[in-house]
Amino acid sequence: MAEVVLENVTKRFGATVALDDVSLTVPDGSFVVLLGPTGAGKTTTLRMVSGLDVPDSGEVYIDGRPMKGLQPAERNVAMVFQQYSLYPHLTVRQNLEFPLKSPLLKTPKAAIERKVREVAEVLQIAHKLENKATALSGGEMQRVSIGRALVRDPRIFLMDEPLSSLDAKLRADLRIELKRIQAKSGATLLYVTHDQIEAMTMATHVGVLNEGRLVQFGSPREVYEEPVSIYAATRLGQPRINVLPADLFAGAPAGAKSIGLRPEHIAQGEGEEALVKRVEHLGDQTRLHLTFKRHDLITVTDAHTPLRGGETIRIQPSRPLFFDAAGLRLV
Amino acid sequence: MAQIRIQNVRKEFGAFTAVRSSTFTIEDGEFFMLLGPSGCGKTTTLRMMAGLELPTSGEIFIDGEEVGMKPASQRDIAFVFQMFALYPHMNVRKNISYPLVSQGMKREEVNARVADVARILRIEHLLDKPVGGLSGGDRQRVALGRAIVRRPKAFFMDEPLGALDAEFREHMAEELRALHDRMGATTVYVTHDQLEAMQMGDKIVVMNHGVVEQFGKPQQIYDWPATKFVAQFIGSPSMNFLDFEGMIGIGGDSVELGGAKVHVPAAREGRAGRLTLGVRPEHVTFRDDAPYRGRVSAVEYLGTTQIVTLSTEHGDVKARISSGQAVREEELVGLDFDARTLSLFDAENGKVLISEGNEGVLAHG
Repeated sequence: MAEVVLENVTKRFGATVALDDVSLTVPDGSFVVLLGPTGAGKTTTLRMVSGLDVPDSGEVYIDGRPMKGLQPAERNVAMVFQQYSLYPHLTVRQNLEFPLKSPLLKTPKAAIERKVREVAEVLQIAHKLENKATALSGGEMQRVSIGRALVRDPRIFLMDEPLSSLDAKLRADLRIELKRIQAKSGATLLYVTHDQIEAMTMATHVGVLNEGRLVQFGSPREVYEEPVSIYAATRLGQPRINVLPADLFAGAPAGAKSIGLRPEHIAQGEGEEALVKRVEHLGDQTRLHLTFKRHDLITVTDAHTPLRGGETIRIQPSRPLFFDAAGLRLV
Repeated sequence: MAQIRIQNVRKEFGAFTAVRSSTFTIEDGEFFMLLGPSGCGKTTTLRMMAGLELPTSGEIFIDGEEVGMKPASQRDIAFVFQMFALYPHMNVRKNISYPLVSQGMKREEVNARVADVARILRIEHLLDKPVGGLSGGDRQRVALGRAIVRRPKAFFMDEPLGALDAEFREHMAEELRALHDRMGATTVYVTHDQLEAMQMGDKIVVMNHGVVEQFGKPQQIYDWPATKFVAQFIGSPSMNFLDFEGMIGIGGDSVELGGAKVHVPAAREGRAGRLTLGVRPEHVTFRDDAPYRGRVSAVEYLGTTQIVTLSTEHGDVKARISSGQAVREEELVGLDFDARTLSLFDAENGKVLISEGNEGVLAHG
């Protein structure tokens, strides 16, 4: 396994700057998730590491070695895409063996057998080894395509939204499974998604991308609790953080333009009055849509709250975050 | 506006029964969700209400009038599909006014109605734009406008947000609900997304294999599911099921689970044999001296809360606890289940046993 470093990487496609001076270290054995909306530069970053694309400027290092001029095949990286591409006429075993049978590698037969067995067990598809790839469910197929990356012992795994085409239940299972595989094997993973749940639950480090720039890099807890900007704060948390004018509540520090309040960081019972516009019972919690001094905000409360639309409650910030006019966090 | 009543409605397509004997009532002004996995019969049910399919048997009443065999055009309803079809060669105003103009309505009235709809949907600034250049959201708004402008008795929507990405869907869901609150029109909405159903619906019907599994208010269905299917379909992560051999008698308020005594709401019916204890993740707490034990196998950080997966002798159990609480993988912990919230199911037929907790919700059937 390996450490991957991007140093001042810039990439343009015509007039669009896809990556703007991105510097990033993926530590050895880490699970780094790049999070951002479409067009933020997530996939381009992956392609820089894999060698499917080359930077206009800047450098990519794997284990200290510059990758300039090296083809994807020479970098020893493994990619897993959203769309699993298996050989339909081959069995699961043959699909898994395939990367090892490359004439370049000359892997001995016994080693192939052992490796396939190992990976199949980790992915819990050992009982399906002799099945045709087409006879598998969607989740099993995606596990096989992950398995095909795993058998190779690459220096880094690059994954581009590998779970996004699966249904919710399966996605939840595979999130846990992927994280377990990564922790167990000590693999280094660079993973791209726009799903904040995946980022929060799996990552050791989250990289928040915005329009080609890396705006924050840290543990999920750091990004959630100590976001560097309004943008970073809105990337994690469901419902989204409320961003309001700072002077709406007393006590804003000098220079504060906005106050950010996560829905769970609004204390109820004291403070000033807000009107309950709508009560949404989601089962495990209830969301209150409030109007406060002509601004809309959302807070969460007890699942069985007796509150109804039209009533008023008193609210005050409990753990406010303040931002300046440029949207940067004031600490 | 309208009350819609579905009575013993059944629909067969050849040898396949899409809907078997559905009965429920949608009250005037309700935002009503038909929820279930694909193939459960929810869209077929909606299409029968709309008159796009005719029921094999049963009756459909709109405002007391039996309309089961009437074509869609005679039911005074509006249908909004997932794929919003607009006339590409017309501008926004013409798209919205088309249903009225084709009815032969006078021009002044058409103009007044279109202006009204544009105001409700906040698209006044778009009226003279061609539809070609509009964003996905604005196209959806125009499609809604075309439905609203006729002032139908009811709106029927079939996964209208299904094609949108998650962030935008959340936004449009809020907008749709707010629109409903402004207009108060009876709305029937089909979705397979349980969160969308919980979030937007006044009432929910949960369907599976053509059968209505449960019908009620979102919180009631969440708290007191009638079947294991409903319990698992609603909520994320879904309700934990612990399967065991055991028994409970009328008035009994505990069961033996792997040697540990677990308190449950007092039973109103008795059962012995294969049972399933149902526990929502937020009702599992850790207590060192609790007799029921589990080993932590995964921890998922979610901001304020975390989901902890534990292996127990009855399978995996997920707990939703504060992320302030430190949890280590492989750690052995005692598990407490909040007794007032538990459901017991008959594992054979998947039906919940009636108890002190759920009788108020389920007694009426």
